[in-house]
Amino acid sequence: MSSEIMSEIKRDHILKLLENGKREDGRGVADYRKIQVVTDCIESADGSARVKIGKTEVIAGVKIVPGTPFPDTPNIGVLTTGAELIPMAHASFESGPPGEDAIELARVVDRGIRESGMVDVEALCIVPGSEVWMCFVDIYALDYDGNLFDAANLATVCALKTAVIPGEQYGKGENKPLPITCLPISVTEVKVGNTLIVDPNFDEEMISSARLTVTTDDNGNFRAMQKGGRGSITLDELSLCLDRAVEKGAEIRKIIG
Amino acid sequence: MEKRNARPTREIVVPGDVLDGTGMKPGENAYVLDGKVRASVMGVRNVFQNTVGVIPLRGCYMPVSGDTVIGVIVDIGPSNWMVDICAPYPAPLHVNEVPWKVEFGDTSRYLGMGNVVLLKVLSVDESKKINVTMKDSGLRRIEGGRLVKISHSKVSRIIGKSGSMISMLKNMTDCRITVGQNGMIWIDGEDENAEVAVQAVKMVEAQAQAGNLTDRVREFIESRLPQDEDEYDEED
Amino acid sequence: MSGHTDMVLVDEKGMRIDGRTAEQHRPIKIEAGVLNNADGSAYVEIGKNKVLAAVYGPRECHPRHLQDPTKAIVQCKYNMQAFSVSDRKRPGPDRRSIEISKIISEALEKVVLTELYPRASIDVYIEILQANAGTRCAGLTAASVALADAGIPMRDIVPAIAAGKADGHVLLDLNKEEDNFGQADVPIAIVPSTDEIVLLQMDGNMTREEFDHAIEMAVGACHEVYDLQKDALKRRYSKVQKEVSGDEQ
Repeated sequence: MSSEIMSEIKRDHILKLLENGKREDGRGVADYRKIQVVTDCIESADGSARVKIGKTEVIAGVKIVPGTPFPDTPNIGVLTTGAELIPMAHASFESGPPGEDAIELARVVDRGIRESGMVDVEALCIVPGSEVWMCFVDIYALDYDGNLFDAANLATVCALKTAVIPGEQYGKGENKPLPITCLPISVTEVKVGNTLIVDPNFDEEMISSARLTVTTDDNGNFRAMQKGGRGSITLDELSLCLDRAVEKGAEIRKIIG
Repeated sequence: MEKRNARPTREIVVPGDVLDGTGMKPGENAYVLDGKVRASVMGVRNVFQNTVGVIPLRGCYMPVSGDTVIGVIVDIGPSNWMVDICAPYPAPLHVNEVPWKVEFGDTSRYLGMGNVVLLKVLSVDESKKINVTMKDSGLRRIEGGRLVKISHSKVSRIIGKSGSMISMLKNMTDCRITVGQNGMIWIDGEDENAEVAVQAVKMVEAQAQAGNLTDRVREFIESRLPQDEDEYDEED
Repeated sequence: MSGHTDMVLVDEKGMRIDGRTAEQHRPIKIEAGVLNNADGSAYVEIGKNKVLAAVYGPRECHPRHLQDPTKAIVQCKYNMQAFSVSDRKRPGPDRRSIEISKIISEALEKVVLTELYPRASIDVYIEILQANAGTRCAGLTAASVALADAGIPMRDIVPAIAAGKADGHVLLDLNKEEDNFGQADVPIAIVPSTDEIVLLQMDGNMTREEFDHAIEMAVGACHEVYDLQKDALKRRYSKVQKEVSGDEQ
């Protein structure tokens, strides 16, 4: 995600530690950093969450407004997800319209939410054929120290989970919670050397060859995946990632309840 | 003059704060407005003889000619390398300023991207264009070991009064330590020792404003690396 | 400003809808050093406004053609997040945010010692997380704390606040309703050590007397904001100092 150059001394040190299953910050290969979640932090949003994973910080806000459904799905609500890697978050991020990294990030988060059916979009119909609730999720990276995928996913899930449909504001009935069916949780791993590590920080991401994000639902079923990076992963590595995604996903689901 | 001399409680000042209204002269990071000396940067108020200034708490490293710095190669041209020395500007290292004879366009054979080099700042002109050299005793490419980046404003704490902190760090951890004026520090030694040295350096950075720092750091290293008393005494 | 309402914005006792008198600003909270990557940062709440500011630099100036061989330039980007307002704001810069970015950059350039860093850029990013009238003042207030936090040499810290007019009364620090349905808004920023004005805008309708009164109130309030800015910066370091030296006494 960055064009920064890492010193070879730092890179070699990280690689050497990983050969012994160790990481610079003392974590094991399958450990997350500390996860902190604050929901309902933005009153102007219909749902919001600020999530920290270690030193990575992301804010997500949901706006819900009445609108016209797509012609091919006249009775179904609309859910769209956007992400911006604003220059506040890292020296390598530039201002301007979202680039390919931001778009990939938004689409991977969107896929997990959409495919898991987290939001019951059929319950978002106001007038069949002409009016539905439209949910806009906007994600901003505030501080980037690796693993934006999981931070953005978690912020989005927490923002949606606490979102309220603003019926009163638009004269469309009472305010009511956004209908939620499950909590899709993504677990991202990267491959550094020949080791797969969960929740990479910035330095680890910089020297990784491949990345895999796996999103599971409450039942431990797989709902979305994305392999990124120019390297490859073997079938055995994939299998390990899937096992970890289920295990870590369940742990994180407990944290956000 | 009834100026209070340096007290253990250091006074933190921010830009615009009045440092003195009794006729002292402005020192570093201070300016005069309507006869009063004011701070122009956030830091610790510092009185030296008849001047009052500010020792910055944070801020960017600005190279000064003669500084020894540690940098990372971030770009390679046909006749020079661009070195990131943690300054606002990249520092070009010209092929004439390295200890090898480098043919035009052959630069990457000698130093590659991400290589770490120990350099000296040759000159900084008025538009802050920097020239660095690797042609002086001790200057070289650095390999292995650990690299730590701290705020350049804490470098003087790492060195300590007449080098007391740095020699303690070296002696107690048995590591080779090279400190760049730009806040880049290279530490080389046995794995565990180097790790303790890295932690100790970070501790000095984090607690730079505190008193008794040397004792604290000594205690910390002793708790992590049992010291052989005799050996330590000899080195003193 | 041009909106109309039957709402009473200032009652017969001179009280405003949020319980303030004409000369009171909303509650203000300032925190310095809230982000890790940025060289300096600050978080500011003024009433229901929530603003983050981050500073990077001095660093190489991009794009190159903006470089000034004699001094650094201050480049500010003010951005409202999509969910910060009642109707979702489309992401990306609009004419309003570009104008605000420009005047904030200019206000900050007055105090930053730019001549120390020729050819460089000092980048200031202001993100409005939640907006409720007065975001440019909150943004500038946060930005100058972030600059000082980044260790950037500057003559002074810039506080900003607005004064305005609603229901015929001159009021300090308009809230959303007063801004929407009032008659004037005057955001202002000063250099506290000299009381020089570095940002000033005005829209609406005011007499000379009203305007003078508004300026007087706003300048006075700027000095209060200034104290809170300095306090936030000093708090950041005294906390570190206390933690470390606590066991010494």
